[in-house]
This record gives sequence, structure tokens and C-alpha cells, in this order.
Amino acid sequence: MEFLRFLLRRVLWSLLVLIGLSMVIFIIARAVPGDPARMALGPTATQEQVADLQKKLGLDRPIVEQYGLFVVGLAHGDLGRSLLTERPVNDDIRDTFAATLELVLATVFIAMVLGVPLGVVAAYWKDRWPDNVVRIVAIFSAVTPSFFLALLLQILAGYVLHILPTTGRLPPNFDFAPSHTGLVLIDALIAGRPDAFLEGLRYLLLPAVALAAATMGQMARITRSSMIDVSSQDYIEASRAFGVPEWIRVCKYMLRPSFVPPLTILGLEFASLIGNAFVVELVFAWPGMAAYGIRTILQKDLNAVMGVVMVSGVFFVLVNLVIDLLVGLVDPRVRIRGSRQ
Amino acid sequence: MSEALLSVRDLSVEFTTYGRTQPVLRGVNLDVPARSHVALVGESGSGKTVTMKSIMGLLHMPPASISSGAILYDGRDLLTMSRRERLKLTSTDMSMVFQDPMSSLNPVFTIADQMSTILKYADRRLGRSRSGRERMQRVLEVLAQVRMREPERVARSYPIMLSGGMRQRVLIAMALLSEPRLLIADEPGTALDVTTQAQILKLLKDLVEERGLALLMITHNLGVVRETSDYVYVMHKGVVVEEAPTADLFASPKVDYTRSLIDAVPRLTGARPAMPVEAAP
Repeated sequence: MEFLRFLLRRVLWSLLVLIGLSMVIFIIARAVPGDPARMALGPTATQEQVADLQKKLGLDRPIVEQYGLFVVGLAHGDLGRSLLTERPVNDDIRDTFAATLELVLATVFIAMVLGVPLGVVAAYWKDRWPDNVVRIVAIFSAVTPSFFLALLLQILAGYVLHILPTTGRLPPNFDFAPSHTGLVLIDALIAGRPDAFLEGLRYLLLPAVALAAATMGQMARITRSSMIDVSSQDYIEASRAFGVPEWIRVCKYMLRPSFVPPLTILGLEFASLIGNAFVVELVFAWPGMAAYGIRTILQKDLNAVMGVVMVSGVFFVLVNLVIDLLVGLVDPRVRIRGSRQ
Repeated sequence: MSEALLSVRDLSVEFTTYGRTQPVLRGVNLDVPARSHVALVGESGSGKTVTMKSIMGLLHMPPASISSGAILYDGRDLLTMSRRERLKLTSTDMSMVFQDPMSSLNPVFTIADQMSTILKYADRRLGRSRSGRERMQRVLEVLAQVRMREPERVARSYPIMLSGGMRQRVLIAMALLSEPRLLIADEPGTALDVTTQAQILKLLKDLVEERGLALLMITHNLGVVRETSDYVYVMHKGVVVEEAPTADLFASPKVDYTRSLIDAVPRLTGARPAMPVEAAP
């Protein structure tokens, strides 16, 4: 019951955040210089044609009315038409979101399964050579720009070694389309197509690794410092005195209390990657929403930009909600204090 | 006293930090006969905690190193036996009661989880094994022995759901899990209020007497010494400066340092301490 109330409060807060976001993005989109109608029609269009399109888009109406129309559309789940693709924004986002989601999920997965163990290793051998190696790797992976790593991987794995494909999600003319969830790997499993799963994995690997490096470095560093904090706690000393074996102490008694900071950071990274994946998506020609968002921003395609921002916002809020629940699962103190408030 | 259960012989420990070596224990001798109640008293920095950690094998080496001496348990030297044998003794036959109930329990696991993990590995070291259900039974049994009214509820709880006194009882229960013969108590209850501490000490004393355990009480509190021990060692600057049966020590302390410790105990009758206790370096 307490828990439901906590959840309800979080959902209400999230709604407020999203309303605020819709206002901010609406104002910013209109404050940016440049006329969307003129940009869509090109320099050769006549003044009448431009005025016509402005009227069609509703750009001649007062700004408050424009916002009202936008919100009404939003409430109906209608994001309007894109000037760039001349399709409903809903369709564009539906087609591209899954690709970005798959990429980001893979990224977060890689960052976690590599970053957390690296952090544990570094903390266990603090100030010895494994720690130094991990710290150097973590720093380098955190400061290497993702586009640089993307190009490097593309050249190495694609053009020099010829072991992995460098563009797209699946081979051209491959007779498989992700039709259930939009995620190639999941849909391949659902459809019982191991060949499609393997191909999807091969195409996913390079962009995901390029995108994961920075987050992995971050995870390793945070896990390390959190583990070191916990390792000097009395309860770790106590479990040593009671003869609990070393690996249980490290992997259970130390890791779990240390896990909240990395988990929180992972949540933030997860959500921001949805928007920031565009560099990697462009380099690997990954048909994702982040790349779509960038193209529409450059075209001042207002409906599409606002659509992408709103979807990213909803996603951000959802991911953070899930992370909060996970934090409560990992650390009972959060759960118990939260329900007592 | 060669028949002592635990006998610390001429133990010297030093700490090396930034290339400088500092002696911390200088030839400490201490005996805990079976079923006896011994106190080791001293101010902060006197070396009582280092003595305890040396016995339990909890010293971090480096920076610490044991430069000479022996720690005999049942006549066998803990310092020269194999790591495995030593762990078997320190995690089953002798047990620690930890000092601070607020920080000595892992906050993210239930009491049942923590206690049955300890039991599982203690059993394994002794070459026994129990099913999960039998382990749980033993956990509940020990929780009841430390006078916990609702053992099931306590076992299901996370530490944050329990009061300080209850957590301290859990720490005592943890020490009793593997049926040790020697309890080493590191100032249990200092972190609690006076009434609760008195209850905890009473409980500890009852348990030790019921079971015929040997008790080594490490404390800075002479009130605790008087309550819980028959024999006292007084430590100062890494040396045992005086040892005597508890009653004798309070009646006629031989060393100035001991006298100043006794005088420093606040009394309700209004007398102020005769002189300040000489501070540790």
C-alpha cells in the first residue's frame, strides 16, 4: 500500500516534468531563427507558396493557440506531420525508436557486465597493478569521443580485418523484419530464427561497443570507489572475523551495498544515450531515432523535433522510475525509509 | 598457567607507515583459562584492540607485523599454524562479539541471511553440513537464546528495522552460532544507552555462565570490568602494567596508572577524580 502511494507520487511528478518539458521545447523550437516553411520549400519557392505552407502548418496563428493545438495533438497521441519525410511523425518515430532502443540496451548491457567487474577487481587489488590497469582503461574509455572510437572500430574490424559489418542493422535483402517489438535480437528469438539473431548481433556489436566505452569507464570508476568505501565498514570486518570466505565477502557482502551509485549512474546514462547516440548512429548508418532527431533539427522540422524530444522525455522519466524501483530492491534502507515518509 | 585455553605469550606488534616503524605492543602476556572471565582494560590507544585483532587474525599486515611472541590456543600456536587451521579455530571455537551494533551488521541483507551464511561456513570448516532448513532452525534457536521475543520476525528483518539493543543481541547470537568455547567481546554496548548496555552485559554474563564459556572482555570501562570479570589485565602504551583478580585490583591497585583509572570513574557521591589520567602519546 505504502509502495503504491510512492509509485503514484512518482508518476504525478513525472507528468508535471513532462508538461514543463513540452512548454520549454515548444518555446525553444519557435525561438530558433529560420522559417520552417521557407526551409522546407527551398530558395526557389514564391512568397505565396511560403505563406500558404505557413498557414497550413498553423504558423500564422498566435503562439498560445499553436501551443494549444500541439498539446491537443499530444493528448491524442498525434505528433503531426514531418516536413522532412512528409510522413506522420508518429510513423517516423515508431520506425526509428526501436533501433535506437536496441542499440542503447546493448550499450548499457555491455557497460554493466564489463564495467562493474572491472570496478570490483580494481577495488579488491586497490593500488596494486590490476587497479592501475583498470584505472587507465577507465580513464581512456571515458575520455575517448564516441565518434573517434566508432571510426576506429569501423576501420579495424570492417576494413582491415573484415570480420564485422560496418553499416546498418541487417544485411541488405535479408528476409527478416523485426515485426513484434522492433528489436532485431528479440524478434529473431520470438520468430525462432537463429540466423537472424546472429546477423543482428554481428551488426549490433560495433556500434554498441563504440557507444558503451564511455559508460563502461564511468561504471568501473564508480563501482571501484563505492566498493572501497564499503570495504572499510565494520560489517565487512565482522564477516571476516566470522570466517565468511573472501569471495562471498567481496561479491555479496561488499558488492550489493556498493551497487546503488553505479545503478543510479547507469539509469542517467541509459536515458541520455537515447538522445546522444546520434554520432554513432550516423557513423554506422544505424536507422535510429537519435539520427532522425538531428536531421529534423537541422531542417527545423518543428513537429518532428518536438516529437523526438517528447518521446525521449517520456523514456527518461520511465527509465528513472524503473531505476528508483531497482534501487529500492537492492537497498532495503531506501525502501523502508521511503515507505515511512 | 600452561593449562589456559588462550595464552598470549610475549606478543610484540609493530606498525609501519611511510617507512617509520612504531611498536604498538611490547611483550604482552595474557592468559584466559577455560570457563574464566577475564577483562583487558585500557584507554584508547593502549593496545587492547590490537591485542584482540592479533588473537582473531584480523590485523591488516602490512601495515602491522608481529615481531615476536606466540598466541597459544589449547596449547597450539595460532601464529605458526596454517591459515586454514587458524581460520577453523577463529571462526568456530572462538568468537567475537562486535562493539557497534549500528555498523557491524550488513544493512542490505536480512538477519537470517547473514546468520545462516556464517553458520554455513562454520559448519563447512568443521566438516559438518546442514540443510537450509536446519540452518534456519539453528538461527532461530540462537536468537531465542539471546532472549529475543520474536525470533522469526527478527530473522526476517533488515538491521534498520531493529533497535540498537536488538542489533547488539543479534551480534551476540552471531558469536554463539558455532558453539564456541571462548568469547572475545569488544566493548559490547558502548554505542548504546546506559540502561540497554547494562541489560546487554547482564545477558552476556548469563550466557557465558550458563554455557561455561571463557570470556575475554575488552573495555575501557572499569564499571564493565567489575561487572563481568574475575581477573583483570591493565594495559597502557602497549604493555600490560598490572594484572590481578578483579576484587583485589579495585581494593588495592599497585600501579599509579591503575589508580588513576579507578579514580577517573565518575561517582554519584560527588568526589572528583584526584588527578587526570596521563594521556597516551
